[in-house]
Amino acid sequence: MNDLLRISGLTVRLPLDGEMRTVLSDVSLSIAAGEAVGLVGESGSGKSMTARSIVRLLPPGALVEGTIRYRGNDVPSLRGQRLRDLRSSVSMVFQDPRAHINPVRTVGDFLTEALRVNQRVARREAEGRAVRVLDEVGVADGPRRLRQYPHELSGGLLQRVMIAAALLTEPHLLLADEPTTALDVTTQAEVMAILDELRRERGLAMLFITHDLELAAAVCDRTAVMYAGRVMEIRASALLHDHALHPYTAALAAARPSLERRAERLVTTPGRPLSAFEAPDGCPFSTRCPHVRQRCHDERPDLRPLDGGQVACVRAEELAVSHD
Amino acid sequence: MTDAILEVEGLRKNFGEATAVRDVSFSLPPAGALAIVGESGSGKTTVARMIVGLERPTAGRVTACGRDRSQPARSARERRDRGGQVQIVFQDPYSSLDPRQSPAAAVEEVLRLHTRLDRGRRRARVAELADLVGLDERQMAALPSRLSGGQRQRVAIARALAAEPRILILDESVAALDVSIQAQVLNVLADVRERTGVAYLFISHDLAVVRQVTDDVVVMRHGAIVERGPTDRVLDAPEHPYTQLLRASVPRPGWQVPKTR
Repeated sequence: MNDLLRISGLTVRLPLDGEMRTVLSDVSLSIAAGEAVGLVGESGSGKSMTARSIVRLLPPGALVEGTIRYRGNDVPSLRGQRLRDLRSSVSMVFQDPRAHINPVRTVGDFLTEALRVNQRVARREAEGRAVRVLDEVGVADGPRRLRQYPHELSGGLLQRVMIAAALLTEPHLLLADEPTTALDVTTQAEVMAILDELRRERGLAMLFITHDLELAAAVCDRTAVMYAGRVMEIRASALLHDHALHPYTAALAAARPSLERRAERLVTTPGRPLSAFEAPDGCPFSTRCPHVRQRCHDERPDLRPLDGGQVACVRAEELAVSHD
Repeated sequence: MTDAILEVEGLRKNFGEATAVRDVSFSLPPAGALAIVGESGSGKTTVARMIVGLERPTAGRVTACGRDRSQPARSARERRDRGGQVQIVFQDPYSSLDPRQSPAAAVEEVLRLHTRLDRGRRRARVAELADLVGLDERQMAALPSRLSGGQRQRVAIARALAAEPRILILDESVAALDVSIQAQVLNVLADVRERTGVAYLFISHDLAVVRQVTDDVVVMRHGAIVERGPTDRVLDAPEHPYTQLLRASVPRPGWQVPKTR
């Protein structure tokens, strides 16, 4: 088995409003070395919680069931130095760089902290490496940037600094949680281009979290679609838009207006996205699905192989046939 | 165009030394839908704020429903009349509603201020507006904290429409919504325009959404308009290099990230 990361049956419960609430339910997902996997879903679908589970950044009081294995190690039982090693090998880039960078420390302090503290690299050496990585992410004039403060940099520039920080520990897996959502569309294209190239050059695996099916398709080999804390479908990204296996994926693709032509009316799904703890018994999408049948209410569909991908829908075969 | 419901001529805004908006002119016909497209720092939101009177133009004219509104209103009555002409819906539905007021009460308050309807008719009108934006009675009676982002945004639209404005400014009003909710709100916006004849000034960075909702578009960059025309023409065959770059940057089926080197 050459999986870098293997998640099986991951269920996470969190204390919310004085009750333990399920936020992830039976999530299974694997990432091979060097592979880019997309994680797409709407609010509350559990995509960020999945990423946080991998680096053990869940809120206090979280109850975790199931297994997460990274390079063969059982993640939930890691302690001390071995947990720090995991977090050097798995780096995270967040949506809002300003919320994840200390505003009163310089860019240089931020970039070199992990190297100096965790890996005991000397300051001068750490700064040299920081300047080289800044150059790789397209930030010129590195030595000057190291002395600047976060507020002196634009959002796009700061997100490149975040990516540089994530790369400095020489990770094998990058968890990118909506890294371009807060950026302008032209800046998004630039940042994605840099991320994609660096990832390929370094043979870095990536879990790319986004709400944008097309953006995931452009940079990921496979994409997993989540709804209500569960994985609905995993499929080659190129096939997702036109050949979705799950009705929810098809609904997501249809709801997004097209850049190319105006639709007479957008095809909408009634209701709103649900969190795992609000989801009905049976299929979590059953209350909104246009193809629902009685058995969708009766049994919770497991993720099962189909047509080169995986899907959690009991009607997937007949619906796929009717598409053609 | 003399029959425009909103006419903006030579609008300019300086903040100290910096010019946020320079020489912006456009007009919006009755029941029309005009998009202002641009990225952060383009000046699109400053234009909207000048039209509703939240910023005072350094130079230029704003005429809505035939009346000049470049200068601050001189009386409460004038201010109320202006509110009856132009309403605005902001991006963040979490900060634009009073957390202690139900949607029904919020809409009713606007009706009391802007119409001469009696109590019974106001109640009927609240129900009509709720129906128009697709909210049920239970949702209209709930506190905003019980509503989702999409529901709150529909409340904000219903409340704006209660003043019976001729012009509705939507400033990134669907940008923060989940994809499936955004589609519902975009359909609501199309219905509302068809049924009420309200005109939209639709401020957005999202070209696909702009294609779906608007007839015409102006593209702004660094405070100035770089391209304008019918939405379909501008998106099918953009002429300005910046519009071309914007369009090429949007992820879509088959899109690939550009090469950097």
